Amino acid sequence: MSMSSKSGTAGLSRRKFLQVSTAAGGGLMLGFQMGGALAQAPAPKKYVLNPNAFIAIARDGKVSFQIPQEEMGQGVYTSLSQLLADELDVDLANVTPLPAPPSDALYASPKGRRQSTGGSTSIRGFYTALRQVGASGRAMMVQAAAQQWGVSAASLRTENGQVIDDAHGGRKLSYGELAPRAAKLPAPQEVTLKADKDLKYIGKSVKRLDTPDKVNGKAQYGIDVRMDGLKVAVIAASPVVGGKIARVDDSKMKAMPGLQLVALDDLVAVVGPNFWAAKKGMDALAITWNGGENAKINSDAIWRDLEKGSQQKGAIAKEEGDVEKSLKADRFDAAYEMPFLAHAPMEPQNFTVHVKKDGTCELWGGSQVQTATVKAASDALGIPLEKVTFHNYMLGGGFGRRLATDMVTKSVRVAQKVDGPVKVIWTREEDIQQDMYRPAYRNAMSASLTKDGKIDGWTHRIAGGSVIAAITGGKPLKDGLDGDAVEGAVNIPYAIPNLRVEYAQTEPKALNLGWWRGVGPNNAVFAIESMMDDLAKKAGKDPVAFRLAHLGNEPRLKAILQMAAEKSGWGKPLPARTARGVCAQHAFGSYIATITEVDVTEMGKINVRRVTSIVDAGRTVNPDTIAAQVQGGLLFGMTAALYGDITLKDGRVQQRNFNDYRMMRINEAPQIDVHVVPSTEDPGGIGEPGCSAGPPSLVNAVFAATGVRIHRLPIDRTLLASRKIA
Amino acid sequence: MVTLQINGQAHTIDAPDDMPLLWALRDIVGLTGTKFGCGIAQCGACTVHVDGKAVRSCMLPVGAIGNRAITTIEAVGDTPNGAKIQKAWLDIEVVQCGYCQSGQIMSATALLNRTPNPDDSDIDAAMAGNICRCGTYVRIRQAIKNAAKSA
Amino acid sequence: MSKKNFGIAIAVIAVVAAGIGAWMVMIPGPTAFASGSTVALADYKDANPTGVPKEMENASLIARGEYLTHAADCVACHTAKNGGQPFAGGLAFNLPNIGTIYSTNITPDKETGIGNYTDAQFLAALHQGKRADGQNLYPAMSYTSYTYMTEADALAIKAYLFSLPAVHAPAKQNKLSSPFDNRSLMGIWNAFYNADERFRPNTAQSAEWNRGAYLAEAMGHCSECHTPRNLAFAMNNRKKFAGALTAGWRAYNITADQKAGLGAWSDNDIATFLSTGHADGHGGAGGPMGEASDNSLTFLTAGDIRALVVYLRSVPAQDSDLPRTVNTPAPVSHREGVTAGLDSRGEKIFAGACASCHDWTGVSPVSKYATLTGARAVNDPSATNVAQTIIAGVDRTTVNGKIFMPAFGTAYSDDEIADVANYVTARFGAKGAQLTAKDIASLRKQVAQQ
Ligand code: FES
Ligand code: FES
Repeated sequence: MSMSSKSGTAGLSRRKFLQVSTAAGGGLMLGFQMGGALAQAPAPKKYVLNPNAFIAIARDGKVSFQIPQEEMGQGVYTSLSQLLADELDVDLANVTPLPAPPSDALYASPKGRRQSTGGSTSIRGFYTALRQVGASGRAMMVQAAAQQWGVSAASLRTENGQVIDDAHGGRKLSYGELAPRAAKLPAPQEVTLKADKDLKYIGKSVKRLDTPDKVNGKAQYGIDVRMDGLKVAVIAASPVVGGKIARVDDSKMKAMPGLQLVALDDLVAVVGPNFWAAKKGMDALAITWNGGENAKINSDAIWRDLEKGSQQKGAIAKEEGDVEKSLKADRFDAAYEMPFLAHAPMEPQNFTVHVKKDGTCELWGGSQVQTATVKAASDALGIPLEKVTFHNYMLGGGFGRRLATDMVTKSVRVAQKVDGPVKVIWTREEDIQQDMYRPAYRNAMSASLTKDGKIDGWTHRIAGGSVIAAITGGKPLKDGLDGDAVEGAVNIPYAIPNLRVEYAQTEPKALNLGWWRGVGPNNAVFAIESMMDDLAKKAGKDPVAFRLAHLGNEPRLKAILQMAAEKSGWGKPLPARTARGVCAQHAFGSYIATITEVDVTEMGKINVRRVTSIVDAGRTVNPDTIAAQVQGGLLFGMTAALYGDITLKDGRVQQRNFNDYRMMRINEAPQIDVHVVPSTEDPGGIGEPGCSAGPPSLVNAVFAATGVRIHRLPIDRTLLASRKIA
Repeated sequence: MVTLQINGQAHTIDAPDDMPLLWALRDIVGLTGTKFGCGIAQCGACTVHVDGKAVRSCMLPVGAIGNRAITTIEAVGDTPNGAKIQKAWLDIEVVQCGYCQSGQIMSATALLNRTPNPDDSDIDAAMAGNICRCGTYVRIRQAIKNAAKSA
Repeated sequence: MSKKNFGIAIAVIAVVAAGIGAWMVMIPGPTAFASGSTVALADYKDANPTGVPKEMENASLIARGEYLTHAADCVACHTAKNGGQPFAGGLAFNLPNIGTIYSTNITPDKETGIGNYTDAQFLAALHQGKRADGQNLYPAMSYTSYTYMTEADALAIKAYLFSLPAVHAPAKQNKLSSPFDNRSLMGIWNAFYNADERFRPNTAQSAEWNRGAYLAEAMGHCSECHTPRNLAFAMNNRKKFAGALTAGWRAYNITADQKAGLGAWSDNDIATFLSTGHADGHGGAGGPMGEASDNSLTFLTAGDIRALVVYLRSVPAQDSDLPRTVNTPAPVSHREGVTAGLDSRGEKIFAGACASCHDWTGVSPVSKYATLTGARAVNDPSATNVAQTIIAGVDRTTVNGKIFMPAFGTAYSDDEIADVANYVTARFGAKGAQLTAKDIASLRKQVAQQ
């Protein structure tokens, strides 16, 4: 069985993989260098400020675990601790998860080169590696005990942080006692992972470690940072991308005591003793912006560009069979569009920065990319990386927003002008209007059916801006391809003999782009699953049956789709204008089959009644967290499908706050049943994919209920009003 | 100078009358459990109790509070319903990022204070003003029902 | 019918028509309701009711002009929405079935503003509704009110406007359907409806009343919104201050009517409402009245506000179709009250987006400005202002600080706004509205926009 193999990091020497040292107070520290690309990476860079290890076992037996990934609600503090505690054989209650300091060399996921929390990679990346670290620690404890007692290690066993010698009356040594000795041992060359039946935490819905402090107000997010002499700044960046300050009239602000104006080319900040004072100062300013060329851009121009883009040939991401020939007969064309979206995490953007007189800089805040945060500050200040210290905090929602570092850069630029530490806070309006937006996409698709109603030919051209290009500073894409934009489209689960997927890069003007929960597959899954429904109708087939007929190569998806149909009562009669819609997807290494039931009022208002999702995420670490992520992801996606739309007028984002960038509320939320099926396949990711499942199942249900196909999100409800009313 | 009764203690703070309670709590008194989400009473992250009633502190000027008792997330666990709600929240793992949860818990506790056995319609009426971006609504609903049933 | 009879019939019809015409044409003047006789200003013996208040008598011409410009509220119409430059024009008036008229630039820019206006031309604009080129203005410009303004006051306003920075802002093209696009027709209209006379004090009334009358009629032009118009779009002073729909908002009955007017308000309530745009127990001013409060009335001295109160109090009661205002809060629970069992769509949105501030009782836990109980808007079964407020929100800067309510118009659909407005008026007001999505669409079209 693959999981109990000796090493999941092939070709990597154990010695290089683990570093042993003595912790402060005489405990054990197990340093851990991640595998994959990093095995070849140069030695830890200079800016490894705190070369701590992954696990430290103190003499009192307490275990602390530095979590390389950020906790932003996805439960990674708990799930990664589960991996470790199980193999180390310690009580999870004795484990304290700590945020790891910035270091790509130490903490990059085996799935990537950077220390980054995104793309549903945490469990996929760390599952085996962390179990090995835990198992190594346990082996060292056993070895240390064997030395101390002068017995063979093979005769000893462990339980709850103790090594036990059954042959000698069950004498015991605690890990705490053994830690100093263990710290002098070499790291083991090989370890054996626990057999499935012996797992105590992995695969179990254990209680989360981060939640107790989140129900009593103690948890500290970046925005909660407090320290002596801290000032607060409210900022306003140019409302048009690329715009500059034309004039700032601060006469009214000057009349308020204790405020400082910071005006920097393309951004204005008011610094004060607290948020309210700074905000009032900001409200008192009259700022005139010079928007430049972008100030002429409106949303409809962007949609026109996308339409044009989708009519051009794109870069070919995948081609199989003879597409042209297969599409000759009876071809079906359709386009499906997705709007720009803001992230709007509940914690608005903020960063606390102290640019010190001695040329160093200290940062406090929540980020999904710790090392990139340090780099952003060092770039903004023109100081070496090692002069930047970053204290990472809990995130009040990430959703990809905090994979960008624009908030770091802006905060540092403001802090440069401030004496002492300053917490720079985005108002909600600023947070929504100065986002790195999920790109708008247009999917131009064509397909043909065989006589017996099977898909014969299929083309899928995705036109839209490239996030990959955006985060690499606009570098041209290799071969014109963006792997993210076509993810989900190139690995379409349905068996189609003649298929082509293209990407037509069409960069929107006047908006910055970024990762948004669900990333590329959000778009691809929406387009594919809408098209599948349209084709099922054309073939005269039931949407579930039509999909099943094309899932011959995907037994896992097929199985859960059948299960979803069963559990949701698929096919059972429903009242008028009430119906179910389906979405089947494979993304981020996980499979989800979702069935959503809606009713649509005569006026076109959609009530989402019930959602059933069956999840096959491979081996699980914490099934309850998986269910929670899918529940949340579904609502995140459905919120976007119902309401999410960032629009531009005169180059400015028109949405400001939750009154006009609307969120689903509890009284709109459906009942959601998530079933996580057991599996021994490799673990899949789960933070993102729930989000992709919401919109297609919703629009397909709306289609079934009203006969109206939604071609662009968010759903325009005026299209759904019954004929009686319209 | 304004004197506020917060969590059973009098705090005299140097704040203008129009400063919303939210910022007095967070930036002056140092109680950061109450969160800023929107500033316009649309999200509920800033919910506190004023004389036991759930109120959005982002829109409530300190000058308008007077002697009324303010309770924040830091002290709501000392009340029977607050403790019940917190426990119910942990029992079924409602929380994800947690940022909205101070406000959710304050709203839910106020609901139980007034309606000991809320049904779905009561929950909708009391909780629809609290946005959760992580999408924990399904569990919030369940946890409130569990808390109501718990002794 | 014989020829003779036919002739008589024609004659009768002509007489009747002329009578109706005369009824429409011979409208009493704005202060004609008051007993007593009027005299020319020069012959008035009591304190001068025109000009600036006593305490400002010695101020500079420009300072006096500024006060009067506030009193006449020029900025309200001559500034575009969403950050338009003050006095540079560009505000659109959407007149149903007529078209769109844009306000013009009255900054001293020589090319696009009024920089080249002589005193005589400026007076002709204010008093006769004539542009510098002799063309007629449309009565969207309140010259039928300003015509009562003294020359001295008009020229003080001119002096103030000319002291402001010139803004280059070319006029936007009006979009009017025929025959309204023919400005010369306004000449005929003016002959009937523009009195073209200056304010005449009433010797039987107090000096304070006369000051109030001057401020309300010649300067503040209250009638333009609060007095209903006749078929010819002229103010119908027989129904003076009875309330009317203007630019998609309802201007309320401000006569002495007990039910729907100011009859039940104390002097202090009226004064507070005028100077701050809010009176406890009566709700706040939104939309155009909120603007009038923040741009104009709030700048008036306490004495001038008192004079306005005295004058308003004297306007005879006019019946109104509005029911009596409900002054008791709704029940604490959403389950109780008149909305129990009502279609839940409006309640659902109210729960999410409104209840946090307005509460299920209507008495706001966060701000007295957000209290709905007793507010006129929620007691108006047409729900016009409720709907408009939901669409546009409130963003007022008052002497007491900011009053803010977010705008829901872009993210909420017409039927949703109708549902909420119906729910709110039913729950907190005298009678629930019955708005439909179509009504909301029409209200959206009527408001002044950029
Ligand atoms: S911060 Fe107060 S309701 Fe959002
Ligand atoms: S738990 Fe993250 S916003 Fe609610």
